[in-house]
Amino acid sequence: MSRIVAAMSGGVDSSVAAALLAREAGDDEVIGVWMRTHGDLPEGYELSRSCCSPDAADDARRVAQLLNIPFFILNVENEFGARVIDAFVDSYLEGSTPNPCQACNQYIKFDELLKRGLAAYGADAVATGHYARLEHRDGRWRLMRAADADKDQTYFLWVLDQDQLARTRFPLGELTKPRVRAMAAELILPTAHKPESQEICFVPLGDYRTLLDERRGYAGEPGPIVDADGTKLGTHTGYAHYTVGQRHGLGVALGEAVYVREVQPATNTVVIGRREEVAQRSFTVDGARFTAGEPPSERFAASVRIRHRAPDVPAEATMVGRDRFVIETAEPVWAPAPGQAAVLYDADECLGGGRIARSAG
Amino acid sequence: MAIYLDHAATTPIRPEVLEAMLPYLTEHQGNPSSIHASGRRARQGLDEAREEIAHLIGAKPREVVFTASGTEADNLALKGVAWAASARGRHLVTSAVEHKAVLSTTAILERQGFDVTTVGVDRYGRVDPADVAAAITDRTTLVSIQAANNEVGTVQPVADIGAICRERGVAFHIDAVQAAAEAAPTPDAWQATLVSLSGHKLYGPKGIGALHVRQGTGLLPQLNGGSQERQRRAGTENVAAAVGFATAMRLAYAEPADLVPVRDRLIGGLTAMDGVTLTGHPTDRLANSASVVIEGVEGGDLVAALDLEGIEASTGSACTTGSVEPSHVLLAMCFDPHLAHGSLRLTIGRSTTEAEVDRTLEVVATCVARLRGVPGVHPKAVASV
Repeated sequence: MSRIVAAMSGGVDSSVAAALLAREAGDDEVIGVWMRTHGDLPEGYELSRSCCSPDAADDARRVAQLLNIPFFILNVENEFGARVIDAFVDSYLEGSTPNPCQACNQYIKFDELLKRGLAAYGADAVATGHYARLEHRDGRWRLMRAADADKDQTYFLWVLDQDQLARTRFPLGELTKPRVRAMAAELILPTAHKPESQEICFVPLGDYRTLLDERRGYAGEPGPIVDADGTKLGTHTGYAHYTVGQRHGLGVALGEAVYVREVQPATNTVVIGRREEVAQRSFTVDGARFTAGEPPSERFAASVRIRHRAPDVPAEATMVGRDRFVIETAEPVWAPAPGQAAVLYDADECLGGGRIARSAG
Repeated sequence: MAIYLDHAATTPIRPEVLEAMLPYLTEHQGNPSSIHASGRRARQGLDEAREEIAHLIGAKPREVVFTASGTEADNLALKGVAWAASARGRHLVTSAVEHKAVLSTTAILERQGFDVTTVGVDRYGRVDPADVAAAITDRTTLVSIQAANNEVGTVQPVADIGAICRERGVAFHIDAVQAAAEAAPTPDAWQATLVSLSGHKLYGPKGIGALHVRQGTGLLPQLNGGSQERQRRAGTENVAAAVGFATAMRLAYAEPADLVPVRDRLIGGLTAMDGVTLTGHPTDRLANSASVVIEGVEGGDLVAALDLEGIEASTGSACTTGSVEPSHVLLAMCFDPHLAHGSLRLTIGRSTTEAEVDRTLEVVATCVARLRGVPGVHPKAVASV
């Protein structure tokens, strides 16, 4: 008999994942766990709906009741605050683009839930509602793209190592989203018709600027918007309010669309350029991790994806030391944003990845 | 069958209690305020329940106000007296280890313009009556101190505090929700003005509480409507629950159980483990309560782990579960916040056996070792027993 923790967010995907697990458990014991990432609001106030609100806990609890599995709340407020929210804010302050969903997956859903969850619940594995597949082939675990290419979430999972992959289950890997919704409806789960969560769960009303002020006292100081030659074209409200590839809110009219090309914290400068100036053929990636534990070789061909749902493009990766590599693509890729993940694939297998470095180019 | 060690959170309804309640959920379905026979029959059940409870605590029936919970009784006592006496003064005194039903209520009153003095406690969680005396001013209208603490079981010197309040002419409210499970509250001996009670802590039903209000006490009702409960608490009375409450209370004191030997076996076993410290007073504590802090574990994780092995426990209070903040009671007792996260409360009941205690100690030891990451303790070591 083994014991499996089903991470339940209160959304339709993790609900169905838990249901599949419970249905096919046999002698195994399935335990539903909802992770509490934020504190309570003052009494008497309603929280807006997001994946981590108390409403979501209620939904997860109801699903667990219907599946007849134990349900617990794991408090990860401290870890979430430091590893996700503070990291999100600091990312803007260093002129990068944050990747909070990936940080949450890495540090909260896997590191924390695996470590603490397994100890607390005496479990052997954690299952999530991610769209991804696992295969054990030629002596190691392989992280594979989901059957539903449109929903594939390996872009957020590249950090997982062999130990973690060995203790992970993705019950939805072979399913499509419409099939998952249909199953939720068949099982009469209360979450069957919930809309997809889109907003970042901890950013009130989608405006992260108030968060910069609250967590780090950054109010924003006006500074210059310049072109590649350094010619001043306008004024911005504070460098951390801009990210690479951003088009809106620049207040600069050059007769054609312009985009943020670089954010320079040291000089509080935002550099902009035309569409083709923002595309790059080569960039550096650091904090590299490989699902196999090491890169395939010092220099290898792979396809690279630099944002969720963007198509991946053919590239060459060249290792520079242990945890750094340089990517060269055949065709220019549009706006590799420092801080975002660059994830490497060999056909359907996710090999790993890293974070696009600030010294892009 | 799980081993239930969370009697401070709630207790199972005794069969005799359920039996006494059933007629009021079936044939005696009338509204006790109705004129007709069905109503009169329901009224009789309610009146008798009120008389029974009044008799058991040495009070007059008219001094017993039924509420929907102990929390509501606390709210009615604090807001009711604070506002009724607000022309005389707007200062309240309470302690740092009160139940949230009291502390959240005084916090609301503070926002509404009242001043609140919160006296501290010693390392056992005990209030010093001299601190209460020092906190009382000529603007003070109410002192609220619990009879016993729900998290760590410490019994408070309420009679001494009552004497001080009497002398200073200040109303005295006692939250006796936990303490009443063991011995009949004595408003007269305590010199209390108001006493909060609850049904489900003493093998009665949930959804019923009561507030003893000494005759002559000004009280502003907090639920307005009909003239039920002598216009102190509007709303159709929960007759069956009131009957069950009174029956449970009678049985609790008619057949007292000696829980101390089993509790001490539990405390002895827990504190013999490495890094485990008893919280609350070693002797002046509730007979059902074994509460500890355990180094190197998160209380919530331990309670989940115990549940999966068939042992039902608590971190301290079922009313604040899920919070990242350590217990306000342990912090008030000057426990290190880090250590306070490792709180575990085991509260025994009438049916708890020595064998259950021994099994519990064994499982706690294994789960704690696993949570501390001690090598060699396989996750399944407990499950396979």
